[in-house]
Amino acid sequence: MKEIIRAAVAVIAVSALLIYINSQLGKTSGSAGNDTITVYNWGEYLDPELLDRFTEETGIRVIYETFDSNEAMMTKVEQGGTSYDVAMPSEYMIEKMKEEDLLVPLDHSKIPNLKNIDPYFLDLPFDPGNEFSVPYFWGTVGIAFNPDLLEEDFDFTSWEDLWSPELRQQVILVDSAREVMGMGLNSLGYSLNSTDNAELDAASAKLDELTPNVKAIIGDEIVEMMRRNEAAIALTWSGQALDMMYVNESIDFAVPEEGSNLWFDNMIIPKTAANVDGAHQFINFMLDAEVAAQNADWVGYSTPNAAALELMDPEVTGDERFYPDEEIRGRLEVYRNLGPEMTGEYNERFLRFKMGMN
Amino acid sequence: MQNKSTRALYLIPYGAWILLFVIAPIALVVYYSLFDIHGDFTFANYGAFFSSVYLELTLSSFWYAFLITLFSLLIAYPTAYFLTKTRHKQLWLLLIIIPSWINLLLKTYAFIGIFGQYGPINAFFAAIGIGSTQLLFTDFSFIFVSVYIFIPFMILPIFNAIDRLNPALIDASRDLGASPWTTFRRVILPLTMNGVKSGIQVTFIPALSLFMITRLIAGNKVITLGTAIEQQFLVTQNWGMGSTIAVFLILFMFVIMLFTGQKEKGGASIGKTK
Repeated sequence: MKEIIRAAVAVIAVSALLIYINSQLGKTSGSAGNDTITVYNWGEYLDPELLDRFTEETGIRVIYETFDSNEAMMTKVEQGGTSYDVAMPSEYMIEKMKEEDLLVPLDHSKIPNLKNIDPYFLDLPFDPGNEFSVPYFWGTVGIAFNPDLLEEDFDFTSWEDLWSPELRQQVILVDSAREVMGMGLNSLGYSLNSTDNAELDAASAKLDELTPNVKAIIGDEIVEMMRRNEAAIALTWSGQALDMMYVNESIDFAVPEEGSNLWFDNMIIPKTAANVDGAHQFINFMLDAEVAAQNADWVGYSTPNAAALELMDPEVTGDERFYPDEEIRGRLEVYRNLGPEMTGEYNERFLRFKMGMN
Repeated sequence: MQNKSTRALYLIPYGAWILLFVIAPIALVVYYSLFDIHGDFTFANYGAFFSSVYLELTLSSFWYAFLITLFSLLIAYPTAYFLTKTRHKQLWLLLIIIPSWINLLLKTYAFIGIFGQYGPINAFFAAIGIGSTQLLFTDFSFIFVSVYIFIPFMILPIFNAIDRLNPALIDASRDLGASPWTTFRRVILPLTMNGVKSGIQVTFIPALSLFMITRLIAGNKVITLGTAIEQQFLVTQNWGMGSTIAVFLILFMFVIMLFTGQKEKGGASIGKTK
């Protein structure tokens, strides 16, 4: 009994000490209720240097948290445990959050830098008049491949190439229902927002034929596997492909001609916001030409900020693989919110596809 | 009288704990499982579970959990047995337990490198002339890594059970003319059965719902109930279906506990403590 008490006292003492140290650390970095904002973003999706700069310029401290899927982000916002002030969801999620009344309308007079954005990316169908959102980055879905590891010559201008019998056990797919089902639909010439059961059946059957070629279905680990020549071909997002290319120069990226996904991530202010004014300041700061250029350099995805593009390396901004012109963009489709039933249907089909692999 | 009331007082923290962290979560899971995506009350989720997809998923989860448990047991039992015979058995035991202090995810990531095309195992294969083999994203790698992770949990209860075994019983068995195999089968194994049962419990049940390893090591070529629950909650946002799968998982665990449960019999205290 004595030992138990002694142990308990020791644990309490250590905990108290740690709490004290923690509070001291908090003090030195100057935390105070109204001078902070909480930013909720995708992983590896913002140059951390810019957060310090924002604090220097405005005196507002940024608490930075990350999520790995739109759905996880929305769940957290819905539950409202943390007061997120700014978040960066994708377009279809904004539609959904709007329906659920989870967004705070933006005050455009507090975001003068909105003028920097290329008008092509403004007033899009998922948020007419940019009432709730401001574009952050955009990109495509395509095929990253390493010609050095392939025996035959493929340029992946067609999705059909992935089904070639020479590519047994070579293709890595991203673990996401919309992207994989979308690829199946696109390869048959259907829309990646299809809700037609016959089309979806055809896409599922088509995907089942791909299984001998599939090496794995994984998440962000794709980047590391491609960098280290562990894998030759990956279905992935444009920015991830660029991440691979920074390290492994043999890698190339292609968006197949049958069509693919064009997506936009956007800055929004969720209903959980505690510092709406600070959130506006942050959004405006991120839209500044110089800041956006530095951020785009660091992140690697395509920026919708026209003023920033002028400050960036023309070799990057002129690269059609990552900044496709309007004609190519015309062939690409933006995801629509499919509603809960169809989302379930897509996921169920994706689950069945994964189960068919073994 | 006073004694009784103070005793009731002592029970309050435990009662509150069980209510808050055991009964309430299970009740919530059951509650959520009774609603569809629109929030309407329904039993349809339970019907959906018996559709081919989820039944197949359940069977495959059980199959892999069975294989993982079997291999863990086959490796752990002899290991535990020989550990009890070594001189510094506590030290050896500690050395086997230490890897379980390292975060599971870290260990899993390490295996991505070890099994990779340019990893040490493939380098060894190339050196002895077998040539580079695809190890990652196979059934083999999945079971290997899972067994590696669960082995300490299997060894610990078995080690305790064997360690508490009274050596006089083994001597008696030998004196009475039993062969080593008969001694093992009729004396050692029955007396350490409780340790084996606890080992199976702590391996089989978590193995049913493994999910990060299925993605990182098996490349989602192995799908378990855990993957399905994760997807229902985070991607489909169909909490009802996710909860329903969780309810079945709880039921399966309950059944397993019944089968591997320890009967209260006089003198069978061996291997009871973990």
